[in-house]
Amino acid sequence: MYVIVAGAGKVGWNLARELLERDNEVTVIESDRRRYLTVEQELEHAVHYGDATELWVLERAGINRADLVVAVTGDDEDNLLICQVAKEKYLVERIIARCNNPRNLELFKLLGIGPAVSATDLILRLIEHEVPKYGLVHLLDLPEERLEIIELVVSDDAPAVDKAVSDLDLPEGALVVAVLRTKGGFVPKADTVIEAGDEVLVVLDPGLEDAITKHFVTENGSG
Amino acid sequence: MFVLVVGAGRVGASVATTALRAGHTVSVLDEDPLSHERLDVELGETWESAGGRFTIGTALEMDALEEAGIAGADVFIASTDGDNTNLVVSQLAQKRFEVPKVIARILDPRRAAWYAEQGLHTVCPTAIAIDQLEKAALGQADAVGRAGDEGA
Repeated sequence: MYVIVAGAGKVGWNLARELLERDNEVTVIESDRRRYLTVEQELEHAVHYGDATELWVLERAGINRADLVVAVTGDDEDNLLICQVAKEKYLVERIIARCNNPRNLELFKLLGIGPAVSATDLILRLIEHEVPKYGLVHLLDLPEERLEIIELVVSDDAPAVDKAVSDLDLPEGALVVAVLRTKGGFVPKADTVIEAGDEVLVVLDPGLEDAITKHFVTENGSG
Repeated sequence: MFVLVVGAGRVGASVATTALRAGHTVSVLDEDPLSHERLDVELGETWESAGGRFTIGTALEMDALEEAGIAGADVFIASTDGDNTNLVVSQLAQKRFEVPKVIARILDPRRAAWYAEQGLHTVCPTAIAIDQLEKAALGQADAVGRAGDEGA
């Protein structure tokens, strides 16, 4: 596989190393002259000096025959535009963009640039999982399939408490697929009664989070 | 018309001032408060007293764009000093806020040409300079309209 990596920061350099070890052909593009010289001592001809947002730099790196372009510079606009031209102008089959500021994830989505990987977002997910007080945890997002799985801790005075699953009146497109109780987890039946302190896993269409959360978590319990 | 100008350097400030004088509603977004002074100087009175709007913020801050009134803009001009910022923010104006007329200043001639093919209205000062320089230096006949297609 031929991979072009834009940006020779910590992420780009280590990524290139790993890819080279696995017998891929790699070209890293770095626009900072000093950084380029440092990285070049190890990667030699596998690193090019230049601004990867410029078309001729991408062409010199052989973007026309690239199987994968990974944009991991520290600048979200650059990553977005590098991936955009790779995908739409040079028809590179696969792209991966790094998103430095999670607030920009929306931009990547809007312009159809994905997958966009945000380290901040990944760590935040882990924190949410480790700190259940957050109320709602995203366990899985499948944007292509338009499905999500969330985990909720049922608060004491939530509307769902003491109700059977079949009486919950959840919106269309949502389904309780598992209940975790002190004794362990199980798949609920229609007559399973929800208890305070249960952790419920819900499969849902994206966007239904708020409508579902209010059944299981009351205002003051939602942290 | 409601005109939103993002990036009030020499070009942006001048276009904003002209639009305001022509009777349009004009809102300017720039990260540098100094650019406000440039507008005042161009006008000979303060920008606000002449009826203009000014928001301090960076081009890619959704809040700043909304505060500057992007949702109601008829014309959106991206004229910051960064091609990459202009390309991203103008596509945002086009696709997310559906501003009817979006114009981006792009210095890199090749990308200006490619994004124009993708349906973005780009203005490339570099291509114009190349064209005029070639005409001035070589005469009209030798430099016919090739500035937009050649390498940066």
